[in-house]
Amino acid sequence: MALLSVKDLTVKFAMRDQSVTALNGISFDLAKGERIGIVGESGAGKSITGFSLMKLISKPGYIDGGQILFDGQDIAQMDEPALREIRGNQMAMIFQDPMVTLNPVLTIGEQMVETLRAHRKVSREEAEQIAIVKLREVYIPSPEERLRQYPHELSGGMRQRIIIAIALLLEPKLIIADEPTTALDVTIQADIMDLMLELCTTNKVSLILITHDLGVVNQMTERTLVMYAGRIIESGRTREIINDPQHPYTQGLINALPQQTVPGQPLKQIPGSMPSLNNIPMGCAFHPRCAYATARCKTEIPSTLRFGAVEVACHEVERLKAGEARANEVGLAKAKADGPATSAESANALADTTGS
Amino acid sequence: MSAQTSTTARRSSFWQSNFVYSFRKSPVAIVSMIVFALIALAALFAPWIAPVDPYDQALFDIMDSELPPVWQTYGDPRFLFGTDPQGRDMLSAILYGTRLSLLIGVCAVAVQAFLGISIGLIAGYIGGRLDSLLMRMADIQLSFSTLMVAIIFLAVSQAIFGSDTFNKYAIFMLIVVIGVAEWPQYARTVRACVLAEKKKEYVDSARVLGFGPLRIMVRHILPNALSPIFVISTVQVANAIISEASLSFLGLGMPPSQPSLGLLISSGFDYIFSGSWWITTIPGVVLVVLVLVINLLGDWMRDVLNPRLYKGDK
Amino acid sequence: MFAYLVKRAFQAIAVMFVISVVSFAIQDNLGDPLRELVGQSVSEEVREQLREELGLNDSFFTQYLRFAWKALHGDLGTSYFFKEPALTVIFKKLPATLELVFGATFIIIGLSVPLGVYTAIKPNGLFARVVMGLSIVGISVPVFLTAIAMIYLFSVELQWLPSFGRGEVVAVFGHWETNFLTVDGWKHILLPSIALASIMLPLFVRLIRAEMMETLQSEYVKYATAKGVRPMRIYFIHALKNTLLPVITVGGVQIGTMVAYTILTETVFQWPGMGFMFLEAVNRVDTPLIVAYLIVVGFIFVVTNTIVDLIYGLVNPTINIARMGA
Repeated sequence: MALLSVKDLTVKFAMRDQSVTALNGISFDLAKGERIGIVGESGAGKSITGFSLMKLISKPGYIDGGQILFDGQDIAQMDEPALREIRGNQMAMIFQDPMVTLNPVLTIGEQMVETLRAHRKVSREEAEQIAIVKLREVYIPSPEERLRQYPHELSGGMRQRIIIAIALLLEPKLIIADEPTTALDVTIQADIMDLMLELCTTNKVSLILITHDLGVVNQMTERTLVMYAGRIIESGRTREIINDPQHPYTQGLINALPQQTVPGQPLKQIPGSMPSLNNIPMGCAFHPRCAYATARCKTEIPSTLRFGAVEVACHEVERLKAGEARANEVGLAKAKADGPATSAESANALADTTGS
Repeated sequence: MSAQTSTTARRSSFWQSNFVYSFRKSPVAIVSMIVFALIALAALFAPWIAPVDPYDQALFDIMDSELPPVWQTYGDPRFLFGTDPQGRDMLSAILYGTRLSLLIGVCAVAVQAFLGISIGLIAGYIGGRLDSLLMRMADIQLSFSTLMVAIIFLAVSQAIFGSDTFNKYAIFMLIVVIGVAEWPQYARTVRACVLAEKKKEYVDSARVLGFGPLRIMVRHILPNALSPIFVISTVQVANAIISEASLSFLGLGMPPSQPSLGLLISSGFDYIFSGSWWITTIPGVVLVVLVLVINLLGDWMRDVLNPRLYKGDK
Repeated sequence: MFAYLVKRAFQAIAVMFVISVVSFAIQDNLGDPLRELVGQSVSEEVREQLREELGLNDSFFTQYLRFAWKALHGDLGTSYFFKEPALTVIFKKLPATLELVFGATFIIIGLSVPLGVYTAIKPNGLFARVVMGLSIVGISVPVFLTAIAMIYLFSVELQWLPSFGRGEVVAVFGHWETNFLTVDGWKHILLPSIALASIMLPLFVRLIRAEMMETLQSEYVKYATAKGVRPMRIYFIHALKNTLLPVITVGGVQIGTMVAYTILTETVFQWPGMGFMFLEAVNRVDTPLIVAYLIVVGFIFVVTNTIVDLIYGLVNPTINIARMGA
């Protein structure tokens, strides 16, 4: 049985006149010990997904429908006391910016001890001993001293390690990490990721990693969900998604990676930008930015289908595949990595196939 | 990035419509605005509305003294709100008193705004030692409450110049002292705005284009400080009116021959014990309603505009 | 720590210096000490001789130094009216004013923290709306009107509480007479304290509420929730502590304001404190007393502000007093 099973989760925000939909029918499963990544541009709904899993969306946001089955219990239906049992205990969260996550007026020790004592009947001294053990696990030097320090006395990387230690305090089944390294120096980012990977595998903790960095997803996760405008548009094994993306948006994301660009050439960015929540286009939300959009894409929301090794929500995916194959045959297309999104030739080839 | 320019353009018109929208949606704001407009109009046209001239002692008749309002027994139809111990018509006195209170309040805030905005712009734009000196002065000025400074200043000037000279210039003294004492409120907020705006590119580009500091400050930076200035001004007018009333109540403000609301309340205080409640109560109610509606409008505006106001943290 | 203290002390001395110059300038221009001393019926020659003896013909600077020297030794002149050293007169009146300020502070702190926190936690509840509505009315009513209204209601109409004076006081350590040891004293101090608190209380409630609501939106509060910490702990340990930091700074400034409002409250309630005394001194042109009042009040301001700054530094872990001012 899956540890976490999200079914048709819908989250809305109540605005002045109407409510806008931030998450539109999200469904996915997560097995025990599995690590998945959620990727997409900012505004895609990645963070909201992370926070709704703990029912931590603040007003005016609310869960409008769907289920979040965690160990068989539906979090979406839980009241605050029941949620408190789960939060920090069975499910922990690592926030984006360690500079603002820890309370500036409380010592590290106090913020660790309170977490333990919120869930377990332990004395202050016992709690401090556990905290010290966990700080060692995240390679923090002289942890006894750290307990008496305030957050501002520590560097960003150190603080994020402490936050990881707090996440591990109660040996949770699932850790949700929301862009855990975005706010940190590039040099520290890799260290933190390695640390998280190591801790998750040794402790057999499931991980949901929210990020916009496909490289990190590739390194850290087994499966990937690609989000766009509040929906999952493609999901599958990370390797498949990175090597053989199906959705034009995913292809665009991968093509935009600096590694995919010939030095000296501009980055191949996806034209346009993520629509705002109160202005999501009809049909497939990606169609205004998509080179393959047809009349159908403008009116009909694509449903998710199994396509090869992945699940993808795109009307044109078969045609795309066919066009690619044909292009390969004719020998017009270049390297796979170039992708149809930027190659005028393959676009022409695509037009040919549909035309005939 | 490309969307940024279009959102900024959209935001200004959105701001306008949002402002109007929330006004129409807020019954408190509408009622406050109406009440304020009525009081302000009555004050503005006091010389035409008032039944008599309350400053002309020759018009008072001692036989009419301490008459209750018309709706009470012994009320006299000539005096809607009754009379004071001198036989002065309370309605006229209140209309003129409100006029004075509003005038002093608005002018004092104009002085504050002028001083505070100038100092704030200079401190923020020039920065360095001058900035820290000016802000240190602002801190010290604020730690001595306005009322304290005003009481001491007015008390001493009254003692030095004698009450005759003092009374003649009382209105200017009030405006100046309330105006000067509160400049830090504006200066701190404007300075914060300048510091925030100074970092932005458009200020650099204006400088590169060769515009002088004065033009950059007034044309480019100041408009961004408008909404906090607006919110502060509303609250400050309310505070200035209260300050003026308090000073006049202590006998350090307007002279008895030209009573403001504060002095009317004070002159009625002695008669409360004898049952002549209206001499204090009616001007008191007018004062409270006036200040209240201004504060309510200020509150509503703060909620809508949500400006970055200076806060006391370091 | 030491450097910070020194810096703070220097600033306090600078402010006191400005206050003393202003006070001296007032003394120099206000009234004629000669007339107070010998009256009108003395010949011009004798007057000139007296002037010389008293040093009134010296330069402003010399006279100021003399004034400052005496002031440092606790000599601020003799009150014309009381025929006593001005400082002695003020110290007799000081306890009454301080007790009033103490009573008002007690009411303000006791009510503003719970009300501010509650209205921040449940901003849309009926009680919170009532409190917020009352607070804006409270801000709009001048202190003297609140005082008059309370006198009218509780003294004139209901006749429950006295309307003026300190009532029965008990002397504790030397000159200090207190209201807090007799029932009659409590009855007398109740209305003036409420009146004095009436303008600050709504300000503090609104300030604490605004700061608290902002703090409740912060990432660290959200994080504490994500850790499964109980709401009460979040409100009072995580949020309130951060809320009180700016409140302490603003509160320190308000202490100064409160001294000013004692003048109003004491006038309405005929409270025999130094505010009431100051207005009387102004009416009698009792220059030494006016000047002494200025210096004492200035001193109170400077001391409280310095203490508030120090407390802020001690409470806020992100300010390292030890390293500040270096």
